[in-house]
Amino acid sequence: MEKSYIGIPEGQIKIQVENLHLYYGNKLVLKNISMSIPEKKVTAIIGPSGCGKSSFVRVLNRMNDLIPEARTEGRVLIDGENIYDRDVDLVALRKKVGLVFQKPNPFPKSIFDNIAYGLKVGRRCRREELEAIVEKSLRQAALWEEVKDRLHQSALALSGGQQQRLCIARALAVEPEIILFDEPCSAIDPIATARVEELIHQLKKDYTVVIVTHNMQQAARVSDYTAFLWLGKLIEFDRTPKIFTNPACKLTEDYITGRFG
Amino acid sequence: MTRSVKKVSEWRGSQLAEFIGFFMLRIAVYSVLFILLYFFYDISSQGYKVISWEFLSQAPRRGMTEGGIFPAIVGTFLVTLITAIFAVPLGMAAAIYLNEYARAGRLTRLIRLSIRNLAGVPSIVYGLFGVILFVNIMKFGTSVLSAGLTLGLLTLPWTITASEEALKSVPDAYREGALALGATRWQMIRTNVLPYAIPGMLTGAVLGLARAAGETAPIMFTGAAFYLPYIPQSLKDQFMALPYHLYIMATQHHAIDRARELAYGTALVLIAFIILFNLGAILIRSRLRKKWRH
Repeated sequence: MEKSYIGIPEGQIKIQVENLHLYYGNKLVLKNISMSIPEKKVTAIIGPSGCGKSSFVRVLNRMNDLIPEARTEGRVLIDGENIYDRDVDLVALRKKVGLVFQKPNPFPKSIFDNIAYGLKVGRRCRREELEAIVEKSLRQAALWEEVKDRLHQSALALSGGQQQRLCIARALAVEPEIILFDEPCSAIDPIATARVEELIHQLKKDYTVVIVTHNMQQAARVSDYTAFLWLGKLIEFDRTPKIFTNPACKLTEDYITGRFG
Repeated sequence: MTRSVKKVSEWRGSQLAEFIGFFMLRIAVYSVLFILLYFFYDISSQGYKVISWEFLSQAPRRGMTEGGIFPAIVGTFLVTLITAIFAVPLGMAAAIYLNEYARAGRLTRLIRLSIRNLAGVPSIVYGLFGVILFVNIMKFGTSVLSAGLTLGLLTLPWTITASEEALKSVPDAYREGALALGATRWQMIRTNVLPYAIPGMLTGAVLGLARAAGETAPIMFTGAAFYLPYIPQSLKDQFMALPYHLYIMATQHHAIDRARELAYGTALVLIAFIILFNLGAILIRSRLRKKWRH
């Protein structure tokens, strides 16, 4: 298999994946993936269904640990620390690496309590401090104006797009450094999608963003770098304009021009 | 070519089959309902005659041909309370462990299988086990404590299974969402799983207790007394219980004819007791649901 990876300059690397293998039981889901994810940029992961995109982002905050038969080999370095070392504190890792799920998953609590959840389980916060962070997070997620008068009503009453922005605000509230998006727009409508994309665009000023998407236009619109996964293998990783205009691999070209997928 | 959606004839073969199928299902439901209503009618029509304040508030007199069933009511209440204190927290804790912590493996499967099987063990076997363990080995004697613990063992499998089902019905998205925000496993369970599972867990527990309250076999060797003119003063005392009293009045009494009416009255009180329990379960569930929904 012909492969092409771009090198990211040493100082700009946030996440370094080295020879990563992921197994579910006997099934090899990710095969020998090595790539560097740059800091404060948006990196998109594209590929056909079942290629391992979602599994890949779940490797980055160890959500795969929840699957009993999941097993990884290789190293994932975040700021130079291997997150698969024995002495890693999963709570600290997940506060540093936030995850926004495919389906909006607001908890059946009030809007306020949803945003404050990560803070309340983390450390004691004074009420005023909590209120300030909730407001800041909701503003960052461009949801404040819509919900400021009903913070104490159920989050389940929000529309799908609002729920997804709520989940983004909730992830922001714990002040992560990296935010993973697992197909964040697949369950919401086009207008809500546009808002989430705009938001992702804003976020890269302060955060390293990794977004899984099956929508190639979305990858082209929001990302700086794009990785193409196919059958659990990393086929190509490069700057997004390069991938979409002049891919190095035939397979990548076939996929982005819609010849399969 | 357009196709009409009008019926070709009134009775097509498939429609007839459907009609017959649903008719049978409806018959099944109505028979169950009929049996249940007849059962209620029979017991209440015979039982209401003896129900009076005296019947509910006094001890049996004159060889249990007169007087009331007060000690049996109190006894059943106490023994059920002990059962609840023992079995509900233990059952819930076991369910939380099995559903949230235990790794899926051969041991967990074996434990689950054992619990399912325990649910099917005849209650008389629990009674004999209770005699050996609580009465003899642990030396609690034939007492309300031994009987309560025995009934607790009987309800544990039901409580565990119902609690596990309640936990399973909480979407995994709540669990993953909490962990992704940096919650520990226990924080996740406490704040984002249990609140939504507790109504179901309590319902299961109360239904299990209602069943236990009506059991005779497990208590007749472990603490229930044939006749006591007083109510238990301590955990080590024997007690009278409604189901056992009913059994005696209906089958073991020296003057069956005179006791018949009292037996019906006792049955009515026992059923009312259990219905109250189930109503309580419904009430708890709907109140907690309302509280946690929004």
